[in-house]
Amino acid sequence: MPSFLTGELAAFFIFALLIIGGAIFMISFTKVVHMVVSLAFTFLSLGGVYVILEAEFVAFVQILIYAGAVSILMIFGIMLTKHEEVETEQPWTKQETLSAIGCAALFGILFFAIQDTTLPDATDFDPGQDNTLAIGERLFTEWVLPFELVSLLLTVAFIGAIVLARREEGK
Amino acid sequence: MTINLATSYLTLAAILFCIGLFGALTKRNAVIVLLSIEVMLNAVVLNLIAFSKYGIVPSITGQIFSLFTIVVAAAGAAVGVAILIALFRNRGTSDITEMNELKH
Repeated sequence: MPSFLTGELAAFFIFALLIIGGAIFMISFTKVVHMVVSLAFTFLSLGGVYVILEAEFVAFVQILIYAGAVSILMIFGIMLTKHEEVETEQPWTKQETLSAIGCAALFGILFFAIQDTTLPDATDFDPGQDNTLAIGERLFTEWVLPFELVSLLLTVAFIGAIVLARREEGK
Repeated sequence: MTINLATSYLTLAAILFCIGLFGALTKRNAVIVLLSIEVMLNAVVLNLIAFSKYGIVPSITGQIFSLFTIVVAAAGAAVGVAILIALFRNRGTSDITEMNELKH
């Protein structure tokens, strides 16, 4: 076993493969429900990567919100609209070609920018004895105002969603 | 040979962002377009968490910011699906190429 293959690196490669695989399958599947399920895989594996990065609380929030709530919400969205829909195999349109070229170019730029950057040797990251406790302490002292604002935003968004999706009276 | 892990995380986030962008630009079903936007937001969250560990000043603030991003993304997804359902009820379609009333 080569010396650079540490456990962290091996776990990272497995999760990265699952993440990219899920996203690529999302692009290539033709049934919409299959696309949502493969993206649920991507979201779950991202939770794994967050655990490697010592962000356990965010990892479980990711699994609860994305793999749980958002995926199920999207499946509900599909079931309430056209759930039998299959994306028909159409010839590669001009728009798709342009999008593919644009995305590849963006990735090229990002890739070279990332490779060019010399990141300083990181000083030791201290996630705290208890990650959740550390986040909670910071959230309710330093970030308490943004926290309250975001709770307001969530309330407004969910009331708005209910009002939008409600069947109008007398229709 | 050493592999810089910070670079790997940033590259993974870049790949994920580009796949999400491609999905958002080419998919025809509006729900999948919304989901592709969520993938792009997830790439951003991955960057935030990677920098919270490997950045110049490693700190837990990056994780707190990623939590805020997740909340805003979830609110966006909920409102987006509600708009789609209302639109489907009125127009009977979930194909984004047919959502072009603002054009005419």
